[in-house]
Amino acid sequence: MTKSGFDIKKHFLVPKHTKVSEKEKSEVLEKYHISVYDLPLIVKNDPAIKELDVKPGDVVKILRKSPTAGEAVFYRCVINV
Amino acid sequence: MPEERIEEPEPSVSKRIGSIQFSVFSPKMIKKMSAAKVVTPELYDKEGYPVDGGLMDIRLGVIDPGLKCKTCGSKLKECVGHFGYIELARPVIHIKFVNLIYNMLMSTCRECGRVLIPQAKIAKAKADLDKIEEESGIESRRLEIRKVISSMKTVNKCPHCKAKQHKISLEKPTTFLEEEKRLSPIEIRVRLEKIPDDDVFLFGMNPIHIRPEWMVLTIMAIPPVTMRPSITLESGERSEDDLTHKLGDIVRINQRLFENINAGAPEIIIEDLWDLLQYHITTFFDNSVAQLPPARHRSGQALRTISERIKSKEGRIRHNLAGKRTNFSARTVISPDPMIGLNEVGVPLVIAMKLTVPERVNDWNVSYLKKFVEKGPEKYPGANYIVRPDGKKKKITDETKEASLEELQPGYTVERHLLDGDIAIFNRQPSLHRMSMMCHRVRVLPGRTLRLNPSVCNPYNADFDGDEMNLHIPQTEEARAEAEILMEVQTQLISPRYGLSVIGCIQDAISGNYILTKGLTFPKEEAFDVLYSAGIKDFSLPNKEKITGKEIFSAILPKDFNFTGHSRSKDEKGSDKVVISNGKLTEGVMDKNNLGEGSGLLLRNIHKKYGKEYAIKLIGDIFKLGIQVLIRYGFSTAISDTDLPSDAKAKINEVMENVRKEVDELIVTYRQGNFDAFPGKSIEESLELKILELLNSARNKAGELVANYADKESHTMIMAVSGARGNLINLAQMATCVGQQALRGKRIDKGYNKRTLSCFREQDLTPIARGFITNGFKTGLTPAEFFFGSMTGRDSLMDTALRTPKSGYLYRRLANAMQDLKIEYDYTVRNASGRIVQFEYGEDGIDVSKSEKGIVNVKRIIKSNL
Repeated sequence: MTKSGFDIKKHFLVPKHTKVSEKEKSEVLEKYHISVYDLPLIVKNDPAIKELDVKPGDVVKILRKSPTAGEAVFYRCVINV
Repeated sequence: MPEERIEEPEPSVSKRIGSIQFSVFSPKMIKKMSAAKVVTPELYDKEGYPVDGGLMDIRLGVIDPGLKCKTCGSKLKECVGHFGYIELARPVIHIKFVNLIYNMLMSTCRECGRVLIPQAKIAKAKADLDKIEEESGIESRRLEIRKVISSMKTVNKCPHCKAKQHKISLEKPTTFLEEEKRLSPIEIRVRLEKIPDDDVFLFGMNPIHIRPEWMVLTIMAIPPVTMRPSITLESGERSEDDLTHKLGDIVRINQRLFENINAGAPEIIIEDLWDLLQYHITTFFDNSVAQLPPARHRSGQALRTISERIKSKEGRIRHNLAGKRTNFSARTVISPDPMIGLNEVGVPLVIAMKLTVPERVNDWNVSYLKKFVEKGPEKYPGANYIVRPDGKKKKITDETKEASLEELQPGYTVERHLLDGDIAIFNRQPSLHRMSMMCHRVRVLPGRTLRLNPSVCNPYNADFDGDEMNLHIPQTEEARAEAEILMEVQTQLISPRYGLSVIGCIQDAISGNYILTKGLTFPKEEAFDVLYSAGIKDFSLPNKEKITGKEIFSAILPKDFNFTGHSRSKDEKGSDKVVISNGKLTEGVMDKNNLGEGSGLLLRNIHKKYGKEYAIKLIGDIFKLGIQVLIRYGFSTAISDTDLPSDAKAKINEVMENVRKEVDELIVTYRQGNFDAFPGKSIEESLELKILELLNSARNKAGELVANYADKESHTMIMAVSGARGNLINLAQMATCVGQQALRGKRIDKGYNKRTLSCFREQDLTPIARGFITNGFKTGLTPAEFFFGSMTGRDSLMDTALRTPKSGYLYRRLANAMQDLKIEYDYTVRNASGRIVQFEYGEDGIDVSKSEKGIVNVKRIIKSNL
């Protein structure tokens, strides 16, 4: 929440971000045969994950609404700036 | 999801690059790799022979035929050239390293040369850098280094020797100032020398490969003659390369500097010469430094030195390495020919006799190929060359013809003229998508233009107002097979952008089919004739005296085709439904919605059900049918098409009169101060909006009246309704009222002080004073109206002229950024280094070119599998 009391996470353009558990994380990496840093990145202090308690190397799951696919799953790896 | 990972096959490479190391030349290294020391600016002696120790010294390589290189002993073309060096009288800063030098001066101690980071923190800083590189690559390491450096700029006391640090500033391009006092390159070099090897790592350099002081030149490498060849002009005079000119300047000034120093000349003179040497060496590396005047030829043209050779569009990389040129290609003006197939290209005879296809001679085709050789290069179809098995090419001429015929045997290759049916790749720039390069079959035709079926104009975005296109003839069996399977027109039919046919009927073909299916009837004999002259032979018509257009159109549809859709226009009964059942068009009319490119599912469904070959043939047939109908029907447009009955004219005048009054009233209320503003807008803005709204509705009303009253059978109307060309607004503009001219979304308000033209009063807000054109094109415009029209016309012309290069550059950046993206077998989109960009292509994993308008028709798939 910003000083103005505006919560960007409630804005309709901001998709839902959740932290991925260690178990799920290794499943994702196994599924795509990649290391964490081959995932798309997200900066640690990105406003959408500010209150998520994540550290660099964690994976964030993003659920996006898509006009064609209904809901699309996306993963991002947290990094420092 | 496949459980097991698919192993990539080991590509067959004979040598693999293990690593690449970039570094800076050390003075030692320059000396070691040099073949000669350059001491004199002279190039040639009196005999025209290169001077020893000059810039064209033959130890640096040879560019004269007949001479031998003194270093490697090889002749011209064999010798790749060798570097030389010159010893500089005073050190000079290398322009390309100025920023690095500046950073290092600022972040190291002026006394002890150590980095301005406390000893305890140095190890941690290094470890941090390594960690960042491991985590997110070399690029982020560089970013981090930049951050470390900028953090040291504010330190004013050395943490090692406690010496006070002064502020250093850079006066571009190459002068460093410490507290307003100039630092000479000698002093700078001394400071850089003091930086210990351990601290150099913090600047992102490995001191084995790069020592900071090497960025201040004491010795300069002279590039080999082979990369700056001189050319002999027709007059016998020699013209030297730009680089040689520049090097001559450097050597000359360097010598003068030496002489002055030895003679003990005053400091001012020496410094002037030193600066001059700095200038010459700077422009030798880069002649487009912002703060320096570029070095010029005597003619005033700027020299092209090393940076300019590499940089930008005309540079080595984009022009020579990324830009390839081909043989076996042709380019001319294009023109339409609806009678050739969609996948054909009409090639002029003259071109067909210049472009060739190599055919390998074997036992079975000797006699066939001999016929071509016999005809020679002058008669069509002949051959231009024969190629011996050892690769030697032999031109066929009248003299050599007999001998060539004699020696032709299996193993030879004949380069014969283009024949009908040969494979060619046809292309129009800008090649923005894959449909800009398609494979066509050659059709040799008389004339001097390349011909294409007007249906394929759309994918190429071509018209015939002078457009030129390129033709390439693949020369190997593999290339031909690839072109045929991947690039032929029919394989490109469904757009990967929107999943509909990119090829369809245009213009006359649409109006023709519209007229045909709207309710035309032909006597039986003529119906047959129409179909036959469209080149359709396999059809059946009902045995009746009168045959309707719908029946004729149905004759070319497949017998088991079913379709329902909507047309753009209404049929005789006023419905827009189109029904085809069992290959019969029972309801509706054919117009742009079903026949045009990128609209409607008719063509998409045909392609799906009957395949690409059939689809392409059908589009061609429908096209030709439309044209044949128009030929019989007679089709043209006339000014009388825009005639209106007098009561329509009266009604339109009434509308115009009403709106004029309404606007006048608005202006009066505004002048009286009674006009209320809209929320968030000023009074003036609200008034403008209100007026615009009124005028637009007036134009629309007039347009509706025109649409209602104009002759529905007029050809202009048919074109507008069927979607062949133009729309109802165009018709209304011709018949009654052109409407409001707008600049940047506003009524025209610029020009003179408080008025648009001097024939209006100041502050005149009436429609006619602000660019509303009440007249139509037929009645004619008043001078003021014409001027307003020209204003918007010029504005839109400017706009397109400015937008094209902008969007071109945007496209270039996008294409370069995405060129390595690829969909893997698990549907992820990844780049060349295997990093994921999308987890499922387009978030839904749909291949649009296999869909119908981006949607997968699940119902039909189920139905067809029942």
